[in-house]
Formats: sequence, structure tokens, C-alpha cells
Amino acid sequence: MVDVTLRIRRYNPEHATQKKPYWEEFTLKNCDPTDRILDLLHRIKWEQDGTLAMRRSCAHGVCGSDAVRINGRNRLACKVLINELGAESQAHIKVQVEPILGLPIQKDLIVDMEPFFAHYREVMPFFINDEPVPANGRERLQTKEDRAKFDDTTKCILCACCTTSCPSFWANGKYVGPAAIVQAHRFIFDTRDKGAQERINILAEPNGVWRCRTIFNCTPACPREIEVTKAIGEVKLAIQKNSPDGIIKITEIKEVVFSS
Amino acid sequence: MKNHQFDAIIVGAGGAGLMAALYASKGGAKVAVVSKLYPTRSHTGAAQGGIGAALGNKIGDEENPDSPLFHAYDTVKGGDWLTDQNAAKVLAEEAVDAVIELEHMGLPFDRTDEGKISQRRFGGHTLEFGSKRLAYRACHAADRTGHMILQTLYQQCIKNNVRFFDEFHVVDTLMNQGACVGVAAVELGTGELHIFHSKATLFASGGWGRCWQVTSNAHSMTGDGAAAVFRRGIPMQDMEFFQFHPTGIFKLGILITEGVRGEGGVLVNRHGERFMEKYAPSVKDLASRDVVSRAIYNEIQKGNGIGGKNYVYLDIRPETVNRYAAEAGEKKRIDREYVESKLPDILDFCRTYLGVDPVKEPMPIQPTAHYAMGGIPTNIDAEVVIDENNTVLPGMYAAGETACVSVHGANRLGTNSLVDLIVFGRRGGMNIAEFVKTAQFIDLPKDAGREVEAEFERIRTSKGKTRAYTLRDTMQQTMNDNVGVYRTEETMQKAIDDLHALRNTYYQDLLVDDRGRKFNTEVLEAWELGNLLELAEITAVSAKARKESRGAHSREDYPDRDDVNFRKHTLVYREGAAPYGAEIPAYRVTVEKPVDTSLEVEDPRFAPKVRVY
Ligand SMILES: Cc1cc2nc3c(=O)[nH]c(=O)nc-3n(C[C@H](O)[C@H](O)[C@H](O)COP(=O)(O)OP(=O)(O)OC[C@H]3O[C@@H](n4cnc5c(N)ncnc54)[C@H](O)[C@@H]3O)c2cc1C
Ligand code: FES
Repeated sequence: MVDVTLRIRRYNPEHATQKKPYWEEFTLKNCDPTDRILDLLHRIKWEQDGTLAMRRSCAHGVCGSDAVRINGRNRLACKVLINELGAESQAHIKVQVEPILGLPIQKDLIVDMEPFFAHYREVMPFFINDEPVPANGRERLQTKEDRAKFDDTTKCILCACCTTSCPSFWANGKYVGPAAIVQAHRFIFDTRDKGAQERINILAEPNGVWRCRTIFNCTPACPREIEVTKAIGEVKLAIQKNSPDGIIKITEIKEVVFSS
Repeated sequence: MKNHQFDAIIVGAGGAGLMAALYASKGGAKVAVVSKLYPTRSHTGAAQGGIGAALGNKIGDEENPDSPLFHAYDTVKGGDWLTDQNAAKVLAEEAVDAVIELEHMGLPFDRTDEGKISQRRFGGHTLEFGSKRLAYRACHAADRTGHMILQTLYQQCIKNNVRFFDEFHVVDTLMNQGACVGVAAVELGTGELHIFHSKATLFASGGWGRCWQVTSNAHSMTGDGAAAVFRRGIPMQDMEFFQFHPTGIFKLGILITEGVRGEGGVLVNRHGERFMEKYAPSVKDLASRDVVSRAIYNEIQKGNGIGGKNYVYLDIRPETVNRYAAEAGEKKRIDREYVESKLPDILDFCRTYLGVDPVKEPMPIQPTAHYAMGGIPTNIDAEVVIDENNTVLPGMYAAGETACVSVHGANRLGTNSLVDLIVFGRRGGMNIAEFVKTAQFIDLPKDAGREVEAEFERIRTSKGKTRAYTLRDTMQQTMNDNVGVYRTEETMQKAIDDLHALRNTYYQDLLVDDRGRKFNTEVLEAWELGNLLELAEITAVSAKARKESRGAHSREDYPDRDDVNFRKHTLVYREGAAPYGAEIPAYRVTVEKPVDTSLEVEDPRFAPKVRVY
């Protein structure tokens, strides 16, 4: 059993003294080393201070509700056990929890996800194939190998851990961000999909893939272990290989990106 | 208060809601989806194992001569003959087309050697009317089939410009002139009440597993839609049938898909014995869920749990699986890579939350509250029906877990919920599109939303001493102990007494810290608790009225199935009390609603028998 002090970044737009973000500490006695950060946030909310606001639903890392910054890293609160933060070896640990960066804070750990979803919608994140379906009325065929090409990017749960860990996104909120590129990748590399060219054109624009400077923050941030940087790289390559628009635009964008 | 008007309102953005929204809008209706979560957070995304459809795709070099008729039979038998057979027929037949349609929408199913949709085995799914031969019927995308379904449907909704009201919490059903005319919803971000006026409203708000302590369900699975409908006088059907999935992670309740057993995993007790051989000699670990959950419970009662405790092991280590496959004379062998590729999320859950690597060690598991077979009664067109005679309530529809078609009867088969969402969600959407073409808007009731607004104010300003959390915890404990895998008259009465005490405290002594309006998640959680308390009680009340054991409802004091008196659906009606307020309503239960037997009338193989696996 271990005592945990959580240092939480708080903000309440409705409260005169809490309108400016501030830190508040809560100490919880007798935590189990296998407790999740989400469990501790719940204990605070349920036992000490009902005003603490956060999102959550599934509590096991599949719904993408509870992305927060834990000790400076983007994580899902329900997927971090405190034993990983030193609870095995120490009698008292301190953990810092704050909202993800780059999206407007609405209350405590809750941020406005709309700009994130707007970028998601920009890349046409849906299957496009207007050709007639097989005459026998059955499924389109796909080999196991072709299916494997985009398997990794189908895992995305839109939690925003990657996008909000990206310095390019912090610097410029118009950048579509890693998550949107991952979503585009899932379709561009699906052999059944026919919308690749359009998506590639969108991502070749100044706020598309070329804003990525391969800083690599996104890959370790992904709770689904998607190789985000690799996916972005594959999209960049696709633009260079397949899209004349893309190649022309790279040079234009170099100017935009490197002069700014 | 803000007012909105749409032809159709869909409450909930899980698989059922999105499918309905897609079809209603494709059919020309002006549709809005109102959801308390962002659509992609819905619990459909947590579904793992697969979606059942008799595609009959060849798996490896094994033929798989499946047919919708076999699927329908398994569904009827799985439901312990309480399943409405017209619904089972629709489900099994339309499943094939619906799954193909999902593939055409881009859903990335795993593939067979021939490039077709890959299928796996699942509990209770057999060939040739319950024979020993198991069907490959569960179409899957690794162990994240639900995630792929949810993503695909949301993507299609974006493509079709469906209108979403995300993080809007539906709290009341609006009724006028005997029809449903919309809903009232609280906007999370502002705390403001919105009135949604509609010609048709479809509830697809999911289940209420959070009534129990150990559950596979998300925190948000609090049955809000069912409770909101029930408070306005619509009965609930078959509430006593709540499924306990045999394999939840010990203590946490996180689900370990039946797909693990479908891939050859076995359950073992402290003596290393594969105990399902005793309880279901023919299909063993792949018997129906109620059967397996009871077996685990019995093993634990006999002291055969691991270390004498209340859990057993689920073993998917390749050496174990291959040993049993060899014993059974099967050719298939698996290795570590196979397990990693077929069950990646399961391995991740166990490694993250238990520090157990299932490829090297067995997983500690116990039954976990999982799925509501009962709910808002509907016919096969997703129209809500309000009595024994299936009288339709104009303008109100329901689909998915919150609805009771009843296609799952007394016990749902694995993979049949996802099919239910797609098949009946689609039917609901199509029917709504037709309905709104000719229907007129009926006026809103006078003072729409006023009562519920007052109730919210009461909670927001309540100054008692008891936190919602303590009440919820006690409720979950009593439901686990008293209305769990096994029940008796005494335990159920105990639960009802406990729930009354909790409900009184809830009305008289609630403590709330957050007096704000924006993102007041504390008040919404308290609101959800109110829903859970009522649903928990009508579960116990319905269970008491059914003096037999059938499917997921196992009574120690009435251990046998009684087809003469109880092969009927339960309906529970709320009587007397106002929708909101301190008074606990009277609940009237009838076990009179006939089961549809259309398949057995044509084909005697569908008639009830002793249910063995
Ligand atoms: C862990 C797990 C694994 C499973 N695996 C399988 C499987 O392999 N195969 C299978 O067939 N079934 C499986 N099931 C069952 C199946 O996934 C669910 O029954 C099904 O997804 C429910 O879908 P739904 O559309 O009815 O509701 P949900 O997906 O639960 O969605 C409910 C929706 O309603 C909304 N909502 C709720 N309350 C309100 C409110 N007050 N106001 C507004 N909106 C509201 C939510 O925001 C959400 O969008 C599994 C279930 C679990 C828990
Ligand atoms: S609560 Fe669903 S991902 Fe954490």
C-alpha cells in the first residue's frame, strides 16, 4: 500500500477565484500499486471534491475519453497503473496530472475536442468506392497481406494523445496533426478504397503532412502503440510517388514551413 | 431552454444508434443524433470477439457449411426458448446481408486464405441444430470487432452529413396525445436544457451493467434511456435476464472475449482440471454463457477456485491449446504469433492490468455483469410496444442493447448483440424514414422539460450528507450478492429492501459539491445513479415474479424451467408515483406476454427441449 499525492491542474470558468488555472494537491492514503490514475481521480472526485471534472468511460483503454498529461507525458488515465510511477518501491509518491496541451481548456481536465475532430473530418475519414459491389452480392476480396498494410492505423481511438504531444501542432493549430494523418493512412493504404488521390491532395496542402518535422513525440504517446511517425512517413512517400500535386507542393511548402 | 425540431431524434451513438441514423437519413429524414458521449466513445467500441453471420466461409482447409437456419436455431436454444422466433429468423437471415454491407462500407475484417471475411467459433454456435460440430460464424477484425464497427458507422455518418449533438445527456421523454414527441437533454458544456421536438424518436442508449459491482460495462452504461422511457409509463420487458459473462478479469471485470475459447482456450480449476467437460460434455468450454458462468460459480462454491478463492483460470497458452486439440483429434495447432495476431488487445489488457502474459501464464477470471437481455419492448420493426398485445406507441422506437425485441430471450449468444444492433438498427432507421414522410408533428406537451429541470435543480442544490458514490457502491454490492448468477426469494427481497433504503437516502440526504452549471459531471453522475437505482429495483422485482430457472435467471429455490407457467415474457409497469420525487413507485409485474413460436409451428426441431450443450 502506498500514499499518493496528486498535483492536479485546475480551472473553473464559473468560479471567481478559479478562473485562472492553478495547481491543487490531493493526498490519498492506502492506494494499491495496481490502481490506475483514473481510479485515483475517481477517489478524489467521489470522496473529497465532487467539482473535479474529467472525461472517462470504458476504463480500460479502448474508448479514448481520458487523455491527460501525467508527469509531463500524454497518457490515458485508465491505462497508467501507479506501480509504473514508483509505487512499488516507495511509501509515498507524487504524480502530476494536467490537461493535454494545444486544445482550449474548458474545466479542469476537460478540453475542447472540437478542433481535433474538425481536423479529423478534413481528411475524408470514410471509405470511398463507388464501383459496383461483386455481382454475387458478397464481400469484396482482399488478401491477408493487403489487409495487413493498414492494420496498424485501424487501431486509432481518436484520443488525441498524439496530436496534443506534437510541437508542430502546439505551434500551429491549423496543422491537421498526427491523428488525422493516421486516419487518412488507414484509407490510403486500403486496397479497396478509391479516394487515395483526394486525401493525398488534402494532405499535400500547407497544413497537411509537411508540417510534421519527424519529432517523434507522437509515437510513444500513442496508447494503442500505433507507429504514428512511420504512418506519417508512408503518407509523405505516397505523396511524393503518386501525386504530381504533392511533388509540386513540397517545394512551396518548404518555403512556408522553413521561413516561419 | 433551447428548442430544436427534427423529423427524427436518435438517442445514442453506439452501433444501433448510428445504423438507425444512417438509414433514416439515407431515407430522406432530417435526423439528429443526441449522445452523452462523443460517438466514438460508445461502448460498442469495446466489443471484441465478433459479429455472427452464417456466411459459411471456408476456414483454413475446413469447410463450414453454415446456414441462417442453424443460426436461428442456436439463437432460440441459447435464449432457452424465450426468444421470439420471428425475431430470431429476421436476425439470422438479415445478418448475412448486414455483415456484407458493413464490408462494403469499408469495415476491415480479417481475411481467410481466399480473401473472404474470416470467421471464428463462439459459444453456442453450432451446425445442424445444436450438433457437436461447431460453426465458424463470428466475423471478426482481430479482437476489436466492435471498434471497427463503431468507427466504420461513424465514418459513414460523417460521409452522409448526419447531424450530431455530442455530449448532450437525454434526461426525459416528451409525450403528448399518447405519442412520443421528442426528448429533453442537458448540454454538458453549459448545463442548459434543450428540447428536441420530433415525429419519431429512437432510443439506442445501451445497457446498465453499472448496477453491479463487477462488470464489463463502461462507467457510462447507466441505462438512462430505458429509465427515461420507463418513468413516462412505458413498461420494461424481461428485466430479470441480465447476462453474466463467464470470463471477466478477476476483480476488475474487464472482459476477456469468448473468442479466447473460440480459438481453443480452456477453463481450469485449482486442480488443473478442465471442468467444463463435466458441465457440457459435448461442446465443453464453448457452451452458452449462462451455463459456463454457473459452472464457474459451482466450482468456486466447491472450493475449486484458484487457491480456494473466487476465481478460476482461463488458459490460452499454445501448449495447452495444442494438447487439447490433439486429444480431440483436431488438426489445427497454434503458436505464440497466432495468439498475438488474433487476440492482441486481450494480451494487452492482461499485461497492463494484471502483469500477466497470457502466452506464458493462465489468466485469473470470474463472471462479470455484461449484457441486458431485457429492456424497452419492441416489435421486429423497432417500434416500441407497450402491453401484452404488442400495441405500438406512435413515434417511439428502440434498438440495440436497451431494446428487448426479444431476440435474445433468456440468454444472449456471443456475437448476437452486434448483429442485433446492425439488423434492428437498420430496420428502425428504414421504418422511421417511411413514418416521417406522412406523419405530422404533434405538439409538445405543456411545460415540456419543466419537471425534469426542477429535479436537476433539486440535485444540484441538495445539501445532505451522503455522497452519491457511497450509495452507488452499496447498490452494486447488493446487486452482486443478491441478484447475481444465482438468486432466491430471500436474496431478491434483501436487494429490494436495500434499494428502498438507498432510494430514500438519495432523495433526502444527497451531498453535492459542484453547484456550477458547466461540465457539472457530479450532478450528471448523481442523475445516472437515480436511473440505476430504479433499473436495479425492477430487475429484482421482475426476477422475483419468475418462479423458475431459465437462461441467465437461475433460482436456487426454483431450479427447473417451467414452460407451462413461465414460457412468457415479463412486463413490469411503473404505477402511482410521479416521474420525479421522493415517493417510490409501485411496480406491477405480469408474466403473461406470449412468446412468438412461428418457427416451431413450421418446424418441430425448434420446439423446446432440455437445454444441454
Ligand atoms: C467488453 C464488451 C465486449 C463485447 N463483445 C461483444 C462481441 O464480441 N460481440 C457482440 O455481439 N457483442 C459484444 N458485446 C455486447 C455489445 O457490444 C453491446 O451490447 C452493444 O455494443 C451495445 O450497443 P448499443 O448501440 O446498444 O449501445 P452502446 O454502444 O452502449 O451506445 C450507447 C450510446 O448511448 C448514448 N447514451 C447513453 N445514455 C445517454 C443519454 N442519457 N443521453 C444521450 N445519449 C446517451 C451513449 O453516448 C452511446 O453513444 C460486448 C460488450 C462489452 C461490454
Ligand atoms: S476511459 Fe476509455 S480510454 Fe480511458
